[in-house]
Amino acid sequence: MSVFSRFGDWVREGQIWGSVFRHGVPRDRRTRAMAVLSNVFLHLHPVAIRKSGIRLSFTWCMGGLTFFLFLVEVVTGVLLMFYYRPTVEYAYFDIQGLRAHVTLGLLREMHRWGAHAMVIAIWLHMLRVFLTGSYKPPREFNWVVGVILLVLTLLLSFTGYLLPWDQLAMWAIAVGSNMARATPVLGHEGPLAQLVQIGGVPLVHAGDDARFGLLAGTFVGPNALLRFYVLHCIFIPLVVGVLIAVHFWRIRKDGGISGPL
Amino acid sequence: MMNSILATESLLAAGGVEAIKSGINWICQPHWFFILSCAGTGVFLAGYRTLTKPAVGIFVLVAFTIAYSLSAFDPDFLSIIIKPDNIPITLMFYLFGFFIWLGFRQSALNDQAMEEGKPLMEAGSDDKVLVWPDLVYTELIAMVLCTVFLMVWAVVLRAPLEQPADPSLAPNPAKAPWYFLGLQELLVYFDPWIAGVLLPGLVIVGLAAIPFIDKNPRGNGYYTFKERKFAVTMFMIGFVILWLVLIVFGTFLRGPNWNFFGPYEYWDAHRPVALLNINLSEIFWVQWLNQGIPTEGRWGLPHYVYRELPGIAVLIGYFFVLPGILRVTVFKKLADQMGFIRFALMVQLFLWMALIPIKMVLRWGWNFKYIVAITELFLNF
Ligand code: HEM
Repeated sequence: MSVFSRFGDWVREGQIWGSVFRHGVPRDRRTRAMAVLSNVFLHLHPVAIRKSGIRLSFTWCMGGLTFFLFLVEVVTGVLLMFYYRPTVEYAYFDIQGLRAHVTLGLLREMHRWGAHAMVIAIWLHMLRVFLTGSYKPPREFNWVVGVILLVLTLLLSFTGYLLPWDQLAMWAIAVGSNMARATPVLGHEGPLAQLVQIGGVPLVHAGDDARFGLLAGTFVGPNALLRFYVLHCIFIPLVVGVLIAVHFWRIRKDGGISGPL
Repeated sequence: MMNSILATESLLAAGGVEAIKSGINWICQPHWFFILSCAGTGVFLAGYRTLTKPAVGIFVLVAFTIAYSLSAFDPDFLSIIIKPDNIPITLMFYLFGFFIWLGFRQSALNDQAMEEGKPLMEAGSDDKVLVWPDLVYTELIAMVLCTVFLMVWAVVLRAPLEQPADPSLAPNPAKAPWYFLGLQELLVYFDPWIAGVLLPGLVIVGLAAIPFIDKNPRGNGYYTFKERKFAVTMFMIGFVILWLVLIVFGTFLRGPNWNFFGPYEYWDAHRPVALLNINLSEIFWVQWLNQGIPTEGRWGLPHYVYRELPGIAVLIGYFFVLPGILRVTVFKKLADQMGFIRFALMVQLFLWMALIPIKMVLRWGWNFKYIVAITELFLNF
């Protein structure tokens, strides 16, 4: 026995290790099952799983990678929040300072490329779920949860796009939010909106329509920046987090990764 | 003497390259590009068993990589693909190429196995393995590789930061983020209330409705194409052609003023475009009936409703009569399986999806704009 493995055994037999991990080294069936069961994170998984379900070419690991990329975004995003102030005076220059002065200024790159990667990963995940017919009973509901997650993921990317407050950001959001102006009935340039009036006074106008609700103003300005910041950093991630929990829970309740009956 | 021969040769070569480039620019005109994408998808689905053979896959991979790399010598093409926010597009080509291949490869093998009465690739689904170590290690490796990949990407490429936002200085073209470029492309053919609100809403509703529409019990939990041809074909049309191909459109082929440019063409902001789009009402009243566009109502209808009656009739026919015809012809078998409500929902989603290529082709071919144009109420269709 080498020094290292003796040291390893000594650590694993000590009280500290034992207080964290309540099972022995996962070397046999029982301790391996315990390793999964007694860990809150690993416990997302069942103890045993169908052979076909863990084949990499079946799931492409894409759901897992989408989740991992979401975690990367959370971690890098929280770190970015230390440096970034969502106001028109500071936003752009905070980002500029971040790339010029901050040690390990890779944060912003990781966050941005991670977001792109998450969009691609979630599309691929949807493609594989479709191609394996895994939305069929009993997994219909989880597919619907997935569709909502897809929409929220795109909205996360979209709201984040505005935050650097550069030309790219402002005009991409301007293009996108202009569409809200044309919402039927609710947008002031939308069909039928003119019909919503009392005694000739229009009720839907630029100052209260769907676009106004989105931007908190009639143009992409300071209010829109703050609104997108809060949506991006707090509201949407929270909802996504909850829905991912539901999604994972349902995978297990629906009988695990799908397979031929 | 020697010199002049060399010069002539390189000139010829350059001419050849230019000819190829302009050929590709020509092929990338919207209608050709679109028709070729559809044809490509069709050929792939029809010949998926042969076309997913590894040798074919490798050939396509190498050919695409060579063509893409050679294209990078063109300054206009290069300027598009090296935009940091366009890297995902290149990534998308490779990842979607690979995974679509992988999915259909496994479908082909499974379909073959079923015909020969052999077990599926996913068979033996009752055999269980322990999550620790078999799954957790796979996950760990996937996470590590993903992290490494992101880090390398982050070190090599800086995230873009342009000039500070300036509400008075609109860039030309102003593009949405790449993943929404398909929707932005729809704005050319539809008014914003359809392209930006209704169609995205229908995409979401349509996706969520899939499990409730598709009552085919086969193909649950394994790769197959043969057993669910209709469903998979529809999904591929919607996802690959109407979403991904339109993103490629928006990235490579749309330049200043949202005009079309070939991939190797200089984005000239001053290129004149003489386009006079025409509405159905003009075709009907002016070209067919040889009278002016009605300016007064009739039969108690406001003039704009009377004027647009032909278009309204077309829409009613498209959304309410056509489903009935489809019900008893091409979709007969499907409809019998589905029941009324499912079929009605499916057909409406199908018709909305079909409306996109229909309006695109009408625009490209005949400069056609609105079927119904009630501009008075912003109700243009
Ligand atoms: C934040 C986004 C998402 C995360 C983190 C996520 C995560 C996962 C994971 C880890 C799995 C296990 C199997 C696998 O990796 O393929 C899974 C399965 C599944 N996902 Fe997602 N997913 C997301 C979005 C979606 C979307 C957009 C859809 C569909 C529209 C979807 C539908 C499903 C279904 C139906 C299953 C069960 C598949 C089976 O049992 O074979 N999910 N998801």
